[in-house]
Amino acid sequence: MPLIRFTERPPCRNPWAEFERIRRGMDELTKSCTEKGRFQQRANVFPALNIYEQSDQLVITAELPGISSEELDLSVEGDTLTIQGARAAVKQEGPCAYHRREIESGSFSRAINLPAKIDPHHLSARLVDGILTIILRKAAPATPKKIQILSA
Amino acid sequence: MTSQEIKASPKTQAVAEQESTKNETYYSPMVDIFETPKAVTVIADIPGVRQEQVELSLDDNVLTIHATMSAERPAGRILLEEYEHGHYVRRFSVAESIDQDKIEASLTNGVLQVILPKLIPAQPKKITVKVG
Repeated sequence: MPLIRFTERPPCRNPWAEFERIRRGMDELTKSCTEKGRFQQRANVFPALNIYEQSDQLVITAELPGISSEELDLSVEGDTLTIQGARAAVKQEGPCAYHRREIESGSFSRAINLPAKIDPHHLSARLVDGILTIILRKAAPATPKKIQILSA
Repeated sequence: MTSQEIKASPKTQAVAEQESTKNETYYSPMVDIFETPKAVTVIADIPGVRQEQVELSLDDNVLTIHATMSAERPAGRILLEEYEHGHYVRRFSVAESIDQDKIEASLTNGVLQVILPKLIPAQPKKITVKVG
C-alpha cells in the first residue's frame, strides 16, 4: 500500500476550476461559430472549393492532387460552373502488399452555382502543383460602379 | 471513366514536431504505402507544395515528410471556404532496413512519391578451407 504523508498531499483543488474550463470551452465554441465558421462549410462533393470575390473577378480554387490538366474538364453554362474529371489509380506491376490505402481514385463531377454573373469570354484556369485556380471575370453589370459626386 | 466516385473527405489536422510561434496549420496528407520485394513506396497528396519545399528525412527508422505550402491564398472576400490552406507533416516508422543512399523522391501534380529501396542482406559467403 502506498503511503502518502500528509504534507505531500496535493493542495486543495480550486472548486471553480472546472467551471472556468467549461466557460473557456464555450467561449471557443462560440468564437469558431461566429468568426471563422461563417463561410466555412464541409464539402459534401469532391472537390472542396474555395471562392474569393475580388472587385472585378471571382477566384475559385480547389485541391486536385494527382490529376493532370488533360484529365480535368471545366465548363461554364449560364451561372453554373461544372468541374469534372477522374483520378487514375497508381498502377503496380508485380507482387505488392499495401500497408495503407488512403488516396482515392475514381471520377468526380461537381456543379456549382456562381454567386455573380460572369463574362463567358474572359475565363482562365490553371493547374499548378495540384491546385486548380479558376479566374472568372464578372459581367459588367456585376462589377461595382463608382459614382462620381458632382459639386456645384 | 471509372464507375467509382471520389468521396469528399476533410483534411485532418496534424501536429508539427514543436508548437510553432506562428499560427500555422499543419495537415496530415493522405498516403498510400505499398511494399514490393525490393522497395517500400510512399505516395502522399501534398497539393500546393513546390518541389524545393519538401523536406524528407529518415532518422532512426522514422520517415518524416514535411512540406511547406507555397501557394498563396488569393486576395479578396471569401464567399465560400470548404478547405483551408496549410502545411503538411506526417511521420512513419519504417520497419524494414532501408538503403539510405538510394532513396528516390519525385513530385508530380502535387503528389509526392518516395521510393525506399530495401537493404539487401549480405549474402553469406562461403569460405573454403584450404588444406595446408
